[in-house]
Amino acid sequence: MPDATGLELIAQRVRSSVADEAVTGTSYFRGRATLEVAPHAVHDVLAYLQAGDEEPWDALMSLHGCDYLPEEPRFGIHYELLSMERTDRLNVKTRVGLDNANVPTVVDLFPTADFHEREAYDMFGVVFDGHPDMRRILLPEDYTGYPQRRDFPMGGEPVLFTFNENKYPRWYD
Amino acid sequence: MTDNDPLAVPYRERERSVTMERMEEQPVSGSEALVEGDLHEELFTLNIGPHHPATHGVLRLLTTLEGEVVRDIKPIIGYVHTGIEKSCEDQQYWKVITFVERMDYLAYYFNATAYCMSVERLLEEEVPARAEYLRVIHMELNRIASHLFALATGALDLGAITMLWWGCRDRDLVLDLFEMSSGQRMHPRYIQIGGVFEDIPPGWEKKVRGFLDVMPTRLDQYEDLLDRNEIWLERLKGTGVMSQERALELGVTGPLLRATGHPWDLRKAMPYSSYEDFEFEVPVGHQGDNYDRFKVRMDEMRQSIKIVEQALDGLPEGPFITSNRKVALPPRHELATSMEALIHHFKLVTEGFRVPPGEAYVAIESPRGELGCFVLADGSSKPARVHMRDPSFVNLQSLPDMARDSLIADFIACVAMLDPILGGIDR
Repeated sequence: MPDATGLELIAQRVRSSVADEAVTGTSYFRGRATLEVAPHAVHDVLAYLQAGDEEPWDALMSLHGCDYLPEEPRFGIHYELLSMERTDRLNVKTRVGLDNANVPTVVDLFPTADFHEREAYDMFGVVFDGHPDMRRILLPEDYTGYPQRRDFPMGGEPVLFTFNENKYPRWYD
Repeated sequence: MTDNDPLAVPYRERERSVTMERMEEQPVSGSEALVEGDLHEELFTLNIGPHHPATHGVLRLLTTLEGEVVRDIKPIIGYVHTGIEKSCEDQQYWKVITFVERMDYLAYYFNATAYCMSVERLLEEEVPARAEYLRVIHMELNRIASHLFALATGALDLGAITMLWWGCRDRDLVLDLFEMSSGQRMHPRYIQIGGVFEDIPPGWEKKVRGFLDVMPTRLDQYEDLLDRNEIWLERLKGTGVMSQERALELGVTGPLLRATGHPWDLRKAMPYSSYEDFEFEVPVGHQGDNYDRFKVRMDEMRQSIKIVEQALDGLPEGPFITSNRKVALPPRHELATSMEALIHHFKLVTEGFRVPPGEAYVAIESPRGELGCFVLADGSSKPARVHMRDPSFVNLQSLPDMARDSLIADFIACVAMLDPILGGIDR
């Protein structure tokens, strides 16, 4: 992981090379360097970090979503970048809200993102614009809802005992 | 629902993965006779799976064939999706270990270690040296067992049924060792946050050494059986070739990447869990074909034996789990005499421990590649998100590249040497 100073330098270079408003913040926590990026600039920033930067990050190892409910904007998309030469990792993160859950795809930069983006769409409903095949991957295609959202109920069946069998009439149906 | 929601397109249209335009772009290789014919008449869609012994689980492959030649493959997954990641969000941190172990069900020690290391990083918890060594010993034994099973089932796909019995016989030796050290043959929940569950029992080391003495001979026997077998060589050499550049683009890691000649191994590159203490080599292949994948796995087993031997020799004395009572359960004998121990035990079992808010992504080298675990903590005693970057999930994307324009039989060999674990892919 780049240290906190190195992270600020990366953020500086991204700001000057891509756009000033592309970087919304940096955070350094437990040795994990996170570059926070505006959602519309994700593609440009990753293209710059992959090839344009003096310290390139050649591999995208993972892409995953998470739900920061009750924070706003609630969804986070994480890009775990890796440099095999410098054996270093950098996390790029973007946040999108429920009403504009759209992020540009990075499949053209990193073909490995194909399945990852489909999974993030499947689980959180974040649409990756420009993805060649944006549909559900793990869940059935007629499934409604996005189960990894924090407000999606856990579900499950009630466990039947003598004391509560009257509470669930016709449970055997 | 937005305008560009792909769900607006009817399912059947989305499912139509292989279009005629795409077929026409590809030149026909291998058979000149087919070039003359009308391609549109030759194409044939064959559904393989989800229930098929050669798919290593419930993997469905929608293949487009032209005679015997595979023109396109569409992996369709999700048949064993059980929502483990969602279930983890309803469990206390220390109970999640049981869940993550069941993702990649042949590499359970790796799943548990990746998860525990993420939580330890969030807690800033130090793991005692003895626990690190015990983790390494168990992970490397697990790597041998996993590679053996991959080899056994892979050989079965290619018709070498002897290898199935031999491989499973020797994998059973490893499972016996796991049973002795942790009480379970699979999914033992041995790795804990802050260390391991128990110290190794007396006599275990001797049994492990006995296994390590036997194993190199067994590996030689496998090579005698397979490596000089004409059918085996014919079916593996030169099939399923993938270039190093394409493998890197697709995020392929593990033996598949090393078979292309790229010596990327997280144990060497970014050592964790005291791997820097051990001397071992990273075997690589030359061409990235199926034979190289087989050889890399064989050599990795030999290196794992070396690592376990070194770890047993240098096993440090000391505690096997952290002494932080806020994280690890107190020893059983303390409960009868110490009030604090009783309180800690009660709090841990009922509420669990709280983890400060933050995010961690820790990657380790599983038998199939980079196994990353992302944990998002919100300050409560349950994780807000647990995500596994499973190597099988990512490596599966390379299957169409490997098997395109090869025969069906070669494509079966590709799946065998890809070694996908559907429990890890679908989670």
